[in-house]
This record gives sequence, C-alpha cells and structure tokens, in this order.
Amino acid sequence: MKTILFIEDEQTLQKTLGDVLTDNGYKVINALDGETGIELAKTKNPDLVLLDIILPRKSGFDVLRELKENKKTKNIPVIILTNMEEAENVEKMFSLGATTYLVKTYYSLKNILERIKKTLGE
Amino acid sequence: MVSQKNIRDELNIKRQCRSYGLSMWQCPQFLFLVMGIVIIATSALYYFIGSYFGNNMVLVALGDLLITCVLLIISFVVTKNFEKLAEISRMKSEFVGVVTHQLRSPLTNLKWTIEFLTSKEFSGDATRQEEYYSNLRENVRRMVELTDTLLFVSKMEQGLVPFNKKEVSLVEVVNSLISEFKSFALASNVVIDFIYQKNIPLAYIDPSQIKIVIECLIDNAIKYTKNGGRIKIVLEKRDKDIYFEIKDSGVGIPEKDQNFIFQKFFRAENSKKDQVRGSGLGLYIAKSIIEQSKGKIGFTSEINKGTSFHFNLPIK
Repeated sequence: MKTILFIEDEQTLQKTLGDVLTDNGYKVINALDGETGIELAKTKNPDLVLLDIILPRKSGFDVLRELKENKKTKNIPVIILTNMEEAENVEKMFSLGATTYLVKTYYSLKNILERIKKTLGE
Repeated sequence: MVSQKNIRDELNIKRQCRSYGLSMWQCPQFLFLVMGIVIIATSALYYFIGSYFGNNMVLVALGDLLITCVLLIISFVVTKNFEKLAEISRMKSEFVGVVTHQLRSPLTNLKWTIEFLTSKEFSGDATRQEEYYSNLRENVRRMVELTDTLLFVSKMEQGLVPFNKKEVSLVEVVNSLISEFKSFALASNVVIDFIYQKNIPLAYIDPSQIKIVIECLIDNAIKYTKNGGRIKIVLEKRDKDIYFEIKDSGVGIPEKDQNFIFQKFFRAENSKKDQVRGSGLGLYIAKSIIEQSKGKIGFTSEINKGTSFHFNLPIK
C-alpha cells in the first residue's frame, strides 16, 4: 500500500480528498501545517507528497525547499495542490523542485486521482 | 451624436474627478487645467515684463525663474496625484486577487464535496453523508461571511451602519472570544493570557461592533505569531477610558509598512511573503469602529519581536 502525505490546512479538503484516496487503496497521512508536514515527510517516508502553498507555521515554498534539500526526502515526488496560479509563483514551485502543480478549483477529485496515479507510475 | 457626447464627457472635468473619488485639488485633470491657465497667464505676464523691462535683464531672469518654480510645483503636485491614483488602482487589483483567493478555498470545498456526494466512491453511509453536508454548510457560511465583510465596509463608508451603543462588559466579550479562538490558538501553538482589573467599568459601545474589533485583533495576533508563542491581553481603567491592549510575540510589522497598516486593502510585505491569509480589511474596519465610538486605536511593533495593538474607549 502506497503512502501519501497530504499537507493542507483546510481540514474539509483533507477529509474529502483523503477519503477518495483511502477508498482507492492509499494510506493517507495528514499534516495541517508546514512544520508538521516536514517532520512527517522525514519520519514516515511517504511515496508522494501533496502540498498546499498557503500554510500556517511554514509556507509551502519553504516546505518544498526543505524537502528537496534533505537527503531523506529529496526524491519524494511533490504535487503542489493550490489555488495560486500567478506565473511567478508557478515558476518558483518548479524551480524548487515540484513534480507538478494543480489548481484546486480547476481539478475534480477524479482528475487529481489520475494525476497521483500517473506520478506514482500506476 | 455619440462622439459629441464623448467629447462633452471628456471635457466635463468635475464629473471625471468625481468618478475617481478625489477632491478637485487632488484630481490630475483639474490640475492640468490649472497648470494650462497658469502657463498662459505667466506667458502673458512674461511678455509684459519683457516689453516694459526689456533692458533690465536681471528682472527678466528673476521673472523667468519665478515662473519656472511655479510650474515645477504644479507639475510635482500633478505627478504626486497620479501616483496616488496608481496606488489606488494597485490596491484595488490586489484586493480583487485577495478576495478571489479567499473565495476559491470554500468554492473548492463545495466543488469537491458535491463531487464526492454524487460519485460512485461515496459509500452511502448516513454518518458520512451527514459529515459532508456539514462541510457544505460550513463553506457556504464562510462565503457568506466574506461577502458580508465586503458589504459591511461599503455600508460603513456610506455611514449606513447603525451604532446601537449601550453599556458593555469588555471582560465578557474578550473571554467569550478567547473561547471561540481556543482551537485556532491550540493549532497554532499559541498561548493566550488575559489580565484584567477587577470591577472594571462598562464601556459605552455597540456590542456587535466591538466584538468585530477584538475578534480581528486576536485573529491577527494568532496568525502572525508563527512557530508558537504567547499573546497577552490587558484590560484596565485609565482615567476616563477603558484601555485594551493585545501584545503578541510574532513577526512584527516592517517599519516602512507601519504608516499604511490601517489603510483599506493594505497588507504588510511580510504578511504576503509568509502567505498569511487576510483580506486587508480587518484593521481598516477596526479603526473605523473605534473612531466612530469616540475612541483611539494605535500600535507599536518591532520586526521579529512582536506587535502590540491598543485602543481606548470612553466609559459612559
């Protein structure tokens, strides 16, 4: 069973997407803030990280930077799940090492699930 | 006919200035007109100086210098007002961005929850269904709250918000708000201390309005106290006023932003950089409410050390 770490401060979004992922055979670990997210990424060794950008205690950009700088976590694919779509922010996400980015409001749960499967090579 | 009307509209400077919401002396179109009149008048004056004192070169040069100075001052005022218009336009664009972003979160919630409820993945379990309906209700509430805030600002600016003043216990208001913020503070690893004098007199204010002010100040204090910390709220009687202070150990407000912190739509540079949620309306509303209640609001702040907001309210 593959593990997905979902770093998102909106509990309702975590619940909805989390339920879909669990129903599709993934183990989901949730973090409500950036710092907890980094800790869980280091200790739980997930197969994929879903990361929001606007987060309490540490922004998604800082989380991404730290994950990519750490030996243990640098190879974990990171999908940015955000409502930000300004060119400079998207550029920053990719320059920091994001695998891909999805704008939450544009993507259905089904689309997101497909992208996760594709990223995990399923 | 249409083009004639357009020309008439273009020439109607008063109407154009009103559409910017600026006074005539702040309106670039009006100032350009004034500058044109000054140029014509000074050119005529210069002609007369030249005609009558043509042989006195010092006087002619002084006249020239004076005219140039007047024109420079007017040009400076015009440029400043253009800057003001550009700033208003930038703030409005930023505000649209902020509001759009804030509406997008509950909208995503609604979209995903509805998709989940109507998809095959949904198990049909009644408890689960109730949870998802509760999500829908919560997110509709958030959207209503945001649109209500925008409407509130609009009404406040037009003087349409009723102020039903009465004697209010601020101790009760603060205590009830601390309870409301308990889970947010816990999640943000922030401890709130509330210190107040015994037998503190009642404040004379609209209870729902003062709740908005204190709510905004507590919310900000928690949001900007990153990586955990302490918030201290003090309530005491000072002369004929009630003094409220909320001090956090957060990121602080950069010095260059401090003059603008109560401006509508303004958000400090570090709040945007640190991706802290906010519409840029909270402190603007808070200041308006305190001033309409015959009080005073202010703050002191030091970067990376914390911020302290305080206000005074009259006792009846």
